[in-house]
Amino acid sequence: MKKILLMTGLFLGLSAMPALCGEMPPAPPEAAVETAAAVDTGDTAWILTSSALVMMMTLPGLAFFYGGLVKKKNVLSVLMQCAIMLCVISLQWVLVGYSLSFAPGGGFIGGLKWLGLQGVGMAPNPDYAGTIPHLAFMAFQMMFAVITPALIIGAFAERMSFPGFLLFSVLWATFVYDPVAHWVWGVGGWLRDLGALDFAGGTVVHINAGVAAIVTALYTGKRKGYGTPVPPHNLPFTVMGAGLLWFGWFGFNAGSALGAGGLAASAFVTTNTAAAAAGLTWAVIEWMHSGKATTLGVATGLVAGLVAITPAAGFVGVIPAMLIGVLVSVVCFVMVAVVKSGLGYDDSLDAFGVHGVGGIVGALATGLFASAAVNPGGADGLFFGNMGLLKAQLIAVGATILYSAAGTYAICKVVDVLVGLRVKEKDELLGLDLTQHHEGAYTVLE
Amino acid sequence: MKLVIAIIQPDRLSDVKRELYKAEVNLITVSEVMGHGRQMGVTEVYRGVKENGNLLRKIRLEIAVNDNFLKPTIDAIVRGAKTGDVGDGKIFVLDMQECVRIRTGECSCEAIG
Repeated sequence: MKKILLMTGLFLGLSAMPALCGEMPPAPPEAAVETAAAVDTGDTAWILTSSALVMMMTLPGLAFFYGGLVKKKNVLSVLMQCAIMLCVISLQWVLVGYSLSFAPGGGFIGGLKWLGLQGVGMAPNPDYAGTIPHLAFMAFQMMFAVITPALIIGAFAERMSFPGFLLFSVLWATFVYDPVAHWVWGVGGWLRDLGALDFAGGTVVHINAGVAAIVTALYTGKRKGYGTPVPPHNLPFTVMGAGLLWFGWFGFNAGSALGAGGLAASAFVTTNTAAAAAGLTWAVIEWMHSGKATTLGVATGLVAGLVAITPAAGFVGVIPAMLIGVLVSVVCFVMVAVVKSGLGYDDSLDAFGVHGVGGIVGALATGLFASAAVNPGGADGLFFGNMGLLKAQLIAVGATILYSAAGTYAICKVVDVLVGLRVKEKDELLGLDLTQHHEGAYTVLE
Repeated sequence: MKLVIAIIQPDRLSDVKRELYKAEVNLITVSEVMGHGRQMGVTEVYRGVKENGNLLRKIRLEIAVNDNFLKPTIDAIVRGAKTGDVGDGKIFVLDMQECVRIRTGECSCEAIG
């Protein structure tokens, strides 16, 4: 019964406006002819490729990164959450999400003009990207909207009910992600007007999801048996996932140049450099701290590096990128290995410790290392004599933390009352694969 | 000399181990097995095909003890594994004829500890 209610709710929410279901985009033919000149085929090819790369980061990249870290009785639940996220948010985005984030509106949220992608066609939108079809920009942004709520999965893994997860994700995407994306990237967004820099989503994606992660971890409570260390059930999955994330992140960051030129190449190089520095740094820290470098450490470190370079990728040079990579691994290591166990919250897979903390490090580092020489569209940071940028970055980080924490808590409450967030204790012990999905990932006997 | 075989719920293993260590029983063998007793298994569905009564994951412990350790061992397992629900598991006790430590060739009682 509950399930039916939920699904109805989901679809009611998604298709709130009946008018938009009928007509889908294709722009009128005369517009297409007119704009053929403005579209740059190279830019378009790169952005479409990047969109596909970012799609791959959620499934299978993040799915396997997280899936390997959980107990084997819960691996399907994590893969499932990532897979269904791609389905649900793709629909949410074309129906309402893109409009709320990017359509002309106020400082807080976008308008409703582009509901169901009305008016979003093959012609470029010069406000966002003047050389690629507006639809390509929308598709690229869609993959960001998908991966952001998927990152939160790491915090409540192994104990969230599937209906609760679905409802939470749709509400969070609509009421937390879409406004914050508008603040930072949308025309008229208040952080954008303030001059805060976020090249590829450090604030919007990583801090936003990271803060939501710690709130959901606290709200759902600790997993049964928390405190007894349980080894990850399949570290090869996690390493494969980390590799796919690194690969996909070239689309995420270099694609955020929104063109196939020098800036994309620069972001590509800073991204790779930061990931490399962070992965190596984590290994060295472990070597000194506990005597051996571990595969999980390197996988964690390189992801932290990718997170931290995200807001800075198009604004910094290669040596700052390297420093950011080193710095983020040190900070995240302390956070995950020392602070987390000290505070005793159960962020199952360190979604906050890596994405939240790494995102904050990156956003503030952008305020330090950004250089207008790298990107004239950016600004100079503190180390290039400009205090103002760091201030804007601090405001952006603070506002995102506050809004995400409050919004996430409210959504948790609503979902908990409506369908319940956490599974029953018996179901948690038996595993989410069997109890939420009636499947098992592995057979013991044929 | 006895051989204690216990079938327990997978999530009870860490508690059972802790209780065994408290009782100074440190030598155990653990394996993952499948089974179900009175508590039937669970339903699984693969592309619409339902399978009822599938086997559940269980943990099997094997512990060889001298007679004076038998009671403490059983008590420790019960303390660690009991939840009061159906499916907590069973303990079997078998007489053991011989025990040899491979490294030294010691037999019987000395070999166990």
